[in-house]
Parts: sequence; C-alpha cells; structure tokens
Amino acid sequence: MRSRFGLLCAAGLVAALVYPLLFGGPVALLWRSNYAVNTGFLILFVAFIGQSWNIAGGFAGQTSFGHVVFFGTGAYVSTILHVTYGWNPWLAWPLAAAAGALVGWMIAVLSFRAGLKGSYFALITLAFAEVFRILANSVPITRGGLGMLIKADPRPENFQFRDAISFYYLALALCVLSIGIAWWLTRSRFGARLAAIRENEDAAMALGIDVFREKVRVLALSGAMCAAGGTVYAQKYLYIDPVIAFGVDKSVEMLLVSMVGGAGTIFGPLVGAGVLHIVGEVTRDLGNLVPGVKNAQPLALIVYGAILILIVRYLPDGLTSMFVRRGRAPRNG
Amino acid sequence: MLEVRGLTKRFGGLTAVDRASLDVAEGSIVGLIGPNGAGKTTLFATIAGFHRPDEGKVAFMGRDITGARPDRICERGMVRTFQITQPFAKLSVLENIMVGAWLRTADRGEAMTRATDVARRVGLVDRLDMPAGDLTVAGRKRLELARALATAPKLLLLDEVMAGLNPTEISEIVDIIRAIRADGVTILLIEHVMQAVMRLAEQVFVLNDGRMIAEGTPAAIAADPKVVEAYLGHGAAGRMLKDPPHA
Ligand SMILES: Nc1ncnc2c1ncn2[C@@H]1O[C@H](COP(=O)(O)OP(=O)(O)OP(=O)(O)O)[C@@H](O)[C@H]1O
Ligand SMILES: [Mg+2]
Repeated sequence: MRSRFGLLCAAGLVAALVYPLLFGGPVALLWRSNYAVNTGFLILFVAFIGQSWNIAGGFAGQTSFGHVVFFGTGAYVSTILHVTYGWNPWLAWPLAAAAGALVGWMIAVLSFRAGLKGSYFALITLAFAEVFRILANSVPITRGGLGMLIKADPRPENFQFRDAISFYYLALALCVLSIGIAWWLTRSRFGARLAAIRENEDAAMALGIDVFREKVRVLALSGAMCAAGGTVYAQKYLYIDPVIAFGVDKSVEMLLVSMVGGAGTIFGPLVGAGVLHIVGEVTRDLGNLVPGVKNAQPLALIVYGAILILIVRYLPDGLTSMFVRRGRAPRNG
Repeated sequence: MLEVRGLTKRFGGLTAVDRASLDVAEGSIVGLIGPNGAGKTTLFATIAGFHRPDEGKVAFMGRDITGARPDRICERGMVRTFQITQPFAKLSVLENIMVGAWLRTADRGEAMTRATDVARRVGLVDRLDMPAGDLTVAGRKRLELARALATAPKLLLLDEVMAGLNPTEISEIVDIIRAIRADGVTILLIEHVMQAVMRLAEQVFVLNDGRMIAEGTPAAIAADPKVVEAYLGHGAAGRMLKDPPHA
C-alpha cells in the first residue's frame, strides 16, 4: 500500500517533468503557444505558495487571512534590491525569503504575545496585509501606486528566462521542495508539536511544548516560503504594484487551494491548485459562451464560493480525504 | 519532592484556593480529596503553572517553580493530566502518546518505541491507530495517563483518572498506578472514588472551600469528623457518631 503510493508519487513527478516537453516544445508551435506550460507553471506556483499557507494554517492550525503579506514582502524586497540597488536577483532572493521570515516572526510575536488565537489571529494577519498594501502605496521606496517595473533582460544569470519552460521547472522544484517540507512535518518532532498545538494548546503545553516558540517558528518558516514565491512572481511577470503584491485575492487563493485540497495534508494545496485552476478556466470559457456576459470573472468567483461551501459541508478534510481512508496513511515502523 | 506553601488562587472575588499547603515525599502516592468545587483542580493547575498564584510558593525537587510556565515545569519532571480529558482528537492514540515522548528525544524511532512501551503499560496497545477522538471515556482517561507518562516524569499529578469508570476498569487503573509507582514515579492524585484512594494512597490531604482541612493516613482521614462534616454537611459527623449507620 505504501510502496504503491510512492510509485504514484514517482509517476506524478515524471509526468510533471516530461509534461512541458510534450506540450511546450514543437507541439506548442502548432497549438496555443505557451498556454500549456504557463498553465502548469501557475498550478505549481499556486500549489507552492498554497503550501506555505498550509504549513501554518493546516499543519499548525494558525489560520491566516493575510498570507499575501509575506508574498508581497518577498516581491518588494527582491525587486527593490534589484531595481533600485542593482543587486543580482538571485542574490536578492534569499534576502527576500529572510524578510518574509522576519515579518512572520514579527506578526507572530505581536499576535501571540497579545494572546490572539483563531479568528482573531486570522483577522490580525488580514490587517497586517492591508497596512503593508497601504504602505507600499505611499512610501517612495516602492514608487507607490505606480508600481515597479523590472527591466526585461532575459538571461538565466539575471533570473529571467526567454522560454516559459524554465519558470515551469523552477515552480516544479519549489513545489516539490514544499511538499518535502510538509512531508517532513508529518514525521518530525517539530511537526508533531505543531499538530499538538493545532489540536489542543493546553494539552500541548502540559506535555512540555513551548507553544509560543513553536508558533513563532512556523510563521517564520511559512513567511520565508511565501516570500520566496513573491520574488519568483516578480521575476516572471517583471512588474509589481501594491495590489498585485498585497491584494487580498492572493491570500484567499492560498487559503482556498489548501482548504479545497485538504488543509494539513501533504498534497492538499497541489490538488486544490489543480482543481481550482481547471474550474477557473472552465467557468471563464463557459462565461464567454453565455450571451450577455461580458466579464466572466465574477462568475468564476461565484463558482469558487459554491465549491468551497460544498467542500466544507461534505468534505471538511478536503478533496484528498476521498482517497485516503481514515484520513491518514498506513503506518509501518 | 513537592512543597506547596500557603498557595492562594483567586478568580475575581472567588478564592478557589486559600492558603493551601501540602507535601509530597519522593516515591509516595499521595491523595488529594475534597467535595465538588473544593478547589482541587485549581490547586493542581496552579502547581503545574497553568495559573499564576496570587500568594504562596511551590518548590519542586528543591527549586522554586512558583509562576513558571507549564512546559518548563513538565521539562523539569512534573506533569499533570486533565480531569476533563483533552485528547488531540484527530491524531491517533500512538501519535498522542508520542507528543509526550518527543519531549525526551528528537528521534522518531525512539519516540515511537517509548510511546508503544507506555501504551503497553496502560493497556492501550491494541488501539494505537485509532483516532483519539473515537476512544471511550475509559480509553481517554488511559490516554491522559499515557501521554503524561511518556514525558518520563518524576512526579505525576493525576486529576480524577477514575471518574466515570466501572469497578473493573477502576481496579485495572489502580494496578497500573501501582506499577507506575513501582517504576519510581511519585504520584499525587485527586480522586472522588474513595475506595481507590484508600487502596492507593499512603497519605491523604483534604481540601474544602479552598482550604486544607486535614491530612493523614487514609484510615485517620476517614475517621476525622471535620472530613465527614465537609462531605456530608453540617452536623453529619455528630449524628453519625451518635447513630452509627450499621447499628
Ligand atoms: N477558570 C476559572 N474561572 C473562574 N472560576 C473558576 C475557574 N476554575 C474554577 N473556578 C471555580 O473555582 C472553584 C473550584 O473549582 P475546582 O474545579 O478547582 O474544584 P474541584 O475541587 O476540582 O471540583 P470537582 O470535584 O468538581 O472537580 C469552583 O467554584 C469553580 O467554579
Ligand atoms: Mg476538579
């Protein structure tokens, strides 16, 4: 049973590796340019930042409504270092991640010292994201609402690529790495402590867990991952502004893919990202077919909402729980 | 090994624990009894760092731990269980016990071995893969005990681990507690099941209205008019002395 599951993972990884070669190379010329590869990139990228949410919100139970605060921090830190101070973006990347960790640490210390829990903590993260958005809109270093443009100079050493495939593989590597981190959480002492905190803080404390310290750590880890995603996003699209970097919709997206796929599961964010992306595309195409509908975007949101309600009602542990009986993998040794 | 001196805990206007003192000698089993609402659980929680005391001192193994955090106190070797069981409901029984075991090791294999070993000692080994939320009341009580035991404590504070159990289950737990003590763990237990206290404890403290009203051997406590009075109400002791029940 376990080895069959491992085989499935290996097969999925191989499929993900050859996918752009099949659909991105010569086929792309015949078909719709880089559509397939960019779709793959988006799914893997959202799965990655979704996993960063999942590690705090799913594994440790620290639900956030403002995870984009880390994403935007990463995007702005690397972009400012690169554009304004002439840093190489590869070098700016780890600094962006460190800044995300720092913001995670700061939000956690402030919230958890004040004893905020559950929905209060979630709302505080939302407030932080909004404050960061307003700051980015008004301070000179971010160039305010104008946004920041990264000069196109597609060389790999410049963290820019001529082809879509390179970004696809970068997103794949990040996604695999994040799944590796999630897997480690299911087996390590740190992960066990996070699960205990999620289930019952008093009991966790009674059994010797420094609840405050572990919660701060997981927010820093999650913040670093999400911020690393922010840099990738900025380098791929070569433009960021306060709404892209700190807008609430990305927070919702990260939360949604995890919840739909299965919060606190290793593959939840990936499954959720895949399903929601396909649903989004289908509703957009359907919307375009309906006469009189000029903008299909609201339709997609309505469908997302409906899916979330159905999942929460009928599959509270997410789509992945349909495949795993009792919600956990069998244990041997 | 544990010295509590003049401990006071107030909730607003209510004094739940009022200048209570007690001692637990290393290697003993000590009972703490008292009517409902006497403040037993509050006293435990205050000793274990869950409440900051308003007055008084707590010393454990010769060191002052007054006001220390629960996780620090647990690390030092004193662990409490919860009267209202607090399982990690979605985790398996084994994972629950491992949370305790992880305190003393960072190695997964070792944590698992320790947890399985503890599960065997408390009779949960046949339910290791069951989600803790699916356990019966008796199972949950055992799990409380198991998790605490997995932290390798020197002193175990047990809060009514027998409440709600049937007589067979109670005898089983009594045996388990004896075995734990035989392994060198000192035990302080709150219990309503008098028969169990009588069978287990060498020394008993009686709390009433937050105050320690008596201490002594189980036999002496059972004969103490103050204790009978606390349990049965005003004049009960006097009536009983005049008019013994089995006469
Ligand atoms: N967190 C709290 N806030 C306010 N009052 C509390 C709190 N905890 C306990 N109390 C009150 O303190 C008193 C002592 O309660 P406690 O639970 O310690 O008694 P107990 O001896 O354990 O009773 P039982 O035998 O029913 O478990 C009660 O009057 C209770 O209502
Ligand atoms: Mg009680």
